Amino acid sequence: MSRELDRLLGPEGPEVSCEECFERLDEYVDAELAGHDPEQAVPGMAAHLDGCPACREEHESLRDLVAGEG
Amino acid sequence: MSLGAWPRPGSYRGKKRPPADANPLMRALEAYARPAMPGESDTWLRRLRGPAAERDAAVAELHALLLRAARHELRRRPSVTVFELDDLAHQAAADALVAVLAKLDTFRGASRFTTWAYKFAILEAGVKARRRAWQGREITIDEDTWPAFADPGPGTPETLETSELLRAIRDAVESELTDHQREVFVALALQEVPIDVLAERRGTTRGALYKTLHDARRRLRAALADQELGATP
Repeated sequence: MSRELDRLLGPEGPEVSCEECFERLDEYVDAELAGHDPEQAVPGMAAHLDGCPACREEHESLRDLVAGEG
Repeated sequence: MSLGAWPRPGSYRGKKRPPADANPLMRALEAYARPAMPGESDTWLRRLRGPAAERDAAVAELHALLLRAARHELRRRPSVTVFELDDLAHQAAADALVAVLAKLDTFRGASRFTTWAYKFAILEAGVKARRRAWQGREITIDEDTWPAFADPGPGTPETLETSELLRAIRDAVESELTDHQREVFVALALQEVPIDVLAERRGTTRGALYKTLHDARRRLRAALADQELGATP
């Protein structure tokens, strides 16, 4: 399916809300950077990050900031 | 908030220089270069809840970390000019500091304290940058965005299939969505208006708008599934 269709229809699976995404973003990022499965830590987060550009931007920014600290 | 004054050049000549951690500003600068380690979360909480002097120093260090996070977020955005960056970063760090201190009791220790605190600065900076970029721009719900979008050009079976799906989605947007769902869907998914900008203009929240978008997408998926067009509700 094209990128445009993904953008229109969003993720297929269950996803967390924007509020829950923000609530648990730190936990998700630390799990990711520790080499754990972040989706196990926060089920439905990956789907939400696919479907919500604003939350996705904030996830990428936080991950890069923390990763840069080593 | 006062971070303490810089010493004048040469003011320590012939005198013993005070230890670096005597000045809150020096401690704040030190925090730039020394990220917190996992075991430091408890120390942050203890200091932020401690006696006034200890708390003030911890708040100054926290502010420096939040400012650094806000600058990091704003530097990622081409729409933010170098002239705007510092002002926006300071506003974001100040708002994030208020939020972090207000929510201190909700920190569960599921992440490092610094990761938890950074997310407030990144949120504040991101929201301010998106709103600044759309300042003075009107949001017009323009369904004419569809034709160019739904015309993949000549071609392959894949593009024809995509084109058929896009036409079906367009029809379902007209027939299946409520007026409110249609407006939110067109603005967010089709015109890519930032969700924080739309939330501000509509006097609502990011979460409420995303819920509407989510419900609209489910209806569209269901409509496509009814037509056996390959999307699942």
